[in-house]
Amino acid sequence: MAVNPRQLRPQRVPDARAETQEPLIRARGLVKSFGDFEAVRGIDVDVRRGEAFGFLGPNGAGKSSTMRMIGAVSPPSAGELRVFGLDPVTHGSQIRARIGVCPQEDTIDVELRVRENLVVYGRFFGLSRAECRARADELLAFVSLTDWADATVEALSGGMKRRLTIARALVNSPRLLLLDEPTTGLDPQARHLVWERLFRLKQQGVTLVLTTHYMDEAEQLCDRLVVMDRGKIVAEGSPRALIDRYSTREVTELRFADDGHADLAGAVTDRVGNLAARVEVLPDRLLLYANDGEAAAAAVSRGGLHPTSVLVRRSSLEDVFLRLTGRSLVD
Amino acid sequence: MLALRQVDYWATVHRRVWRGTVVTSFVVPVFYLAAIGVGLGRYVDAAGSTAAIGGLSYLDYVGPGLLAITAMQTAVFESTYPVLARFIWQKTYNAMIATPLRVRDVLVGHLGYVVLRLVTTCAVLLVVLALFGVVHSVAAGLGAVAVAVLVGLAFAVPSFAFSARQENDSGFALLYRLGLIPMFLFSGAFFPVSQLPAAIAWIARLTPVWHGVELCRALITGGVTVPAVVGHVGYLLLWVVVGWWLAERAFRRRLER
Repeated sequence: MAVNPRQLRPQRVPDARAETQEPLIRARGLVKSFGDFEAVRGIDVDVRRGEAFGFLGPNGAGKSSTMRMIGAVSPPSAGELRVFGLDPVTHGSQIRARIGVCPQEDTIDVELRVRENLVVYGRFFGLSRAECRARADELLAFVSLTDWADATVEALSGGMKRRLTIARALVNSPRLLLLDEPTTGLDPQARHLVWERLFRLKQQGVTLVLTTHYMDEAEQLCDRLVVMDRGKIVAEGSPRALIDRYSTREVTELRFADDGHADLAGAVTDRVGNLAARVEVLPDRLLLYANDGEAAAAAVSRGGLHPTSVLVRRSSLEDVFLRLTGRSLVD
Repeated sequence: MLALRQVDYWATVHRRVWRGTVVTSFVVPVFYLAAIGVGLGRYVDAAGSTAAIGGLSYLDYVGPGLLAITAMQTAVFESTYPVLARFIWQKTYNAMIATPLRVRDVLVGHLGYVVLRLVTTCAVLLVVLALFGVVHSVAAGLGAVAVAVLVGLAFAVPSFAFSARQENDSGFALLYRLGLIPMFLFSGAFFPVSQLPAAIAWIARLTPVWHGVELCRALITGGVTVPAVVGHVGYLLLWVVVGWWLAERAFRRRLER
């Protein structure tokens, strides 16, 4: 009996654990500088297969620069970066063949019609014309734009353009999707539609990496995230873990009739005692970070202080974010 | 060859514009040849001053040079607004380099399209020249078209570099008025540059378009020599090569920040 010698060789069995543990994206000491300005100042990131990972941060935190480096269009200034285990500087083309990119600004071609945008883009990935056409129809249905296939791009609303951009990013059936502020500038309906589609992709096993400055977006979509501020990572974890670590379970917002919130802070702190971990003074209200917001509010009124309004709410990522990156306006 | 993956993109873009371009590339040279070659030419020929233009009729003198001039204009127009638009208004290039295409492929793709536009425009012009009786040999005519396309590239490639460094379109007005128009008028297509003051004549001889005009005319009216071909073609290639180096740098600087 003839034996194929190749069958005798020990087969390399893919180690499922190594496969899942090897990060899809791995950055160590990653730096991006433009002249004297350092946009990204040495960050370490690991993104695992199948997870939804977020870069959260105010404008100018270095999120987009990081995304462009991961997307293999912007060479790192220093540090190490691997995407699918490949170096973006030497294997940019191979990396880009396997990822989908949804940039911050829509780069839909206005000279082409809606469907043409997808077909032509698929060709850049080396797909056959027939594959491109089939993919285009499939994706238009996925983002609910089938009826707009032959429309001009100008005819689309902002939300539709975004969906088309997302559809285009999926034309090569990527396992990794990079989304730079996917819902910025969209109305609530459009945002929810985009979130729902992204959630579906995640369920199909697509790894999502997104940047956002919307806390609700990060809480909705991300399994894990890093908070960036001025080019550095200032916190890392799941949304829940970050809230637990940097905030309290609840926040009580107190508004008083007169504007002297700063003057009242001492009295309020005194009344709540250790019921609140922290009292933050804002021009128009006081925030009590407490595990039991109702109890803190009750202590305030028992102490003879009577705010005009009391709001007890769950602590959100926004509280974490503002605590970590400050409340001052970033231009 | 990754650049070839853009064929369908450029074909789709071209499908929207080709009818208009074919009509204009036929009609405009008819206007020029009728007005300048035939109309003005009648006075020039009657004045008996054809010795300075090598004993040719003025129509035969002007016609071939029109190939080089048209190539220059087509190339510069196709390499200014369409390039800047893909950087700043439409961001098509940015979308392209998010795919396996590299900056170099994007540049090759767009330049390839410009070459296609040059070939069709110059081919149509050759037909017009033949209708006016300027072209006597198919081989010479096709050779002149090839030279004109090279002239176009000698302008297109540096124009890509120029356009890639613009933040808005105000630089183009300057380029058209101070670059294109003088080169159009003083390229030697309408009168010999030797008629110009010596210093200006030498500037004219440094422009790629003068080399194109001379070579196209020599090819179509006869009397072309090998050293002339080598010299003119070599000089035009130099513009293409240096232009390519500048264009690739400018594209990288802008796209791979």
